[in-house]
Amino acid sequence: MILELSNIYKTYQQDALEVPVLKDVSLSVDKGDYLAIQGPSGSGKSTLMNIIGCLDLPTEGTYQLNGTDVLAQSDNSLSEIRCREIGFVFQSYQLLPGETALHNVMLPLSFAGVPRSKRKAIAEEALRRVGLGERMNFMPNQLSGGQKQRVAIARALVNDPNILLADEPTGALDQKSGAQVMELFKKLNEEGVTIVMITHDSGIAAHAKKIKYIVDGRIYDREEDARHAILEEEQSAEAAESTESKEA
Amino acid sequence: MIENIILSMRGIWSHKLRSILTMLGVIIGIASIIAIVSIVQGTNRKLEKSLIGSGNNVVSVSVLQDNWEYDFSSGVPSGIPVVNDASIANIKQMEGVVDAGKFHFRQGWNQVFYKDVGLSYGKICGINAGYLDMVEYQISAGRDFSEEEYTTGKKVAIIDESARDIMFNGENPVGEAIEINKEPFVVVGVAKNLNKQEEEYESINDYYMNSYSNGQGQVFIPDGTWPIVYQFDEPESVAIKVENVKQMQPAAKMASEELNMYLTSGEYSYGSSSGEGGEELKMLTNAIQLMLVGIASLSLLVGGIGVMNIMLVSVTERTSEIGLKKALGAKRRVIMAQFLTESAVLTSVGGLLGIILGIGLAKLISTLAGLEFAVSIPWIFISVGFSMGIGILFGAMPASKASKLNPIEALRRD
Repeated sequence: MILELSNIYKTYQQDALEVPVLKDVSLSVDKGDYLAIQGPSGSGKSTLMNIIGCLDLPTEGTYQLNGTDVLAQSDNSLSEIRCREIGFVFQSYQLLPGETALHNVMLPLSFAGVPRSKRKAIAEEALRRVGLGERMNFMPNQLSGGQKQRVAIARALVNDPNILLADEPTGALDQKSGAQVMELFKKLNEEGVTIVMITHDSGIAAHAKKIKYIVDGRIYDREEDARHAILEEEQSAEAAESTESKEA
Repeated sequence: MIENIILSMRGIWSHKLRSILTMLGVIIGIASIIAIVSIVQGTNRKLEKSLIGSGNNVVSVSVLQDNWEYDFSSGVPSGIPVVNDASIANIKQMEGVVDAGKFHFRQGWNQVFYKDVGLSYGKICGINAGYLDMVEYQISAGRDFSEEEYTTGKKVAIIDESARDIMFNGENPVGEAIEINKEPFVVVGVAKNLNKQEEEYESINDYYMNSYSNGQGQVFIPDGTWPIVYQFDEPESVAIKVENVKQMQPAAKMASEELNMYLTSGEYSYGSSSGEGGEELKMLTNAIQLMLVGIASLSLLVGGIGVMNIMLVSVTERTSEIGLKKALGAKRRVIMAQFLTESAVLTSVGGLLGIILGIGLAKLISTLAGLEFAVSIPWIFISVGFSMGIGILFGAMPASKASKLNPIEALRRD
């Protein structure tokens, strides 16, 4: 077990109001898994991604990442964990615009304390792995969206993390580039990379080996349960509206 | 670290105008400090030269009235005895003193003539054997006084090369007769000042004297002859040769104390007219330097605040970059180091530009005002260190702010 979330709650404080975003979420990922977490916007999937990525801490629950109790870590050791264990792929690529593809990929190596002399070779290898061996010295604005996302994937892989964590990786891409990225994910997973992907798109989620569904802060194993939850939510919203209109 | 410095340099270059404007406060501050210090040090160097005198490490102690050398041509006041030999022996024993000897001294208008050409403001010294050696004069023509001449009141004279040039116009003066205070003297030799340089003045007073009189030149006569030309029992000055320049003032002070013991009139005292004024002037220029550097430092403070301001803007502008780096695993100190380096490089570059500007400014001012120009190497290092320090000091707050950014918030911005 690489990653184990048990009974996670996350509540945001909005003025005096407590807004529960995640409710009793339990989730585990094994080595070599390819898991998609699918949910509509506002379902709490970004919050879940931030928690899995150690960017945010849950209000309640436990989170074991590769044997480490994430909740007990300081800001600096969380940085270290992110550096070592997690490779991020963002919807909007998040490349540094002033740096070449190669330098963007080299960035996490410097945070991991890899000696300067070795960084270039490792980064070049990662870029070749995502099929960008020819465009290493291109600036991000000279690359297409799909190529940018592949640079981001190379950057995520460069420290050899335990989990590749992707947040809507195809969200900003056209269909063709999106398909290429999904193909790349499949290939990487076959090479042994553990992938957790968060998306709203069932077509994209279908590329994963396993899918979980998140609705209104709760996680479901089966799509029917999730659908049911959505229906219930809609009904209760309607009911609330109708009581409101009756009162008015 | 080197990576950070290169990155910062690139950042400065890519925002040229903004960087220059940010650095302006530091540039002006450092430039004014360097210019002020250079000019003050140049002035001090000139003062020091005047304090050192002719470079022979000899300081003279004579009777002063209200800190001005007393002119014995208006008579010898009571209460001032001649210098006794025991005092000279004591002075010779003092720390740092190499040699000491007494001499008579007079400087005045048209006291020395050759035919009808006079030394308008010449100096006349009544000297004993060994004095010329002590003040580092060498006989360049003719001869020194004989032992007999030194003591028995012969009317013989040695003139220095300046006096020769003024009065003799290229003729050979040896064997010629000159008139000193209306008495005829035979010139037996010409002495050359071994330390003579352009524009060397023995005291600040001399400096002003020389600005309205071009009459230079010195005439030496045997001390034994002095009473024939001037007056009996005229108290002497004492010339003291020391090991190095720094000992001149202390030796003069100690010797004055020794000589003052024999004075019975409180109106007069022994002292060195050269030097004291110079020391005071030096203290004054140093005080002025301190004040001006203080004012210039204010501009550095303002410059530092400007740097802090622009660094805060830079942190805000680069929120997503910082967030990304933190998400990818950069620790706080990595972010902190990046921004501290950036502000330190910014102000250091500003400091270097300021130094160049300041040296140029000092050169310009000293040329225009006819002052001496001296670049102070230690102050250049102080300035570089200081500007770097300002960068670190005023960069600390923005850098710390950047390092504490929440990566989620930072990534959500765009």
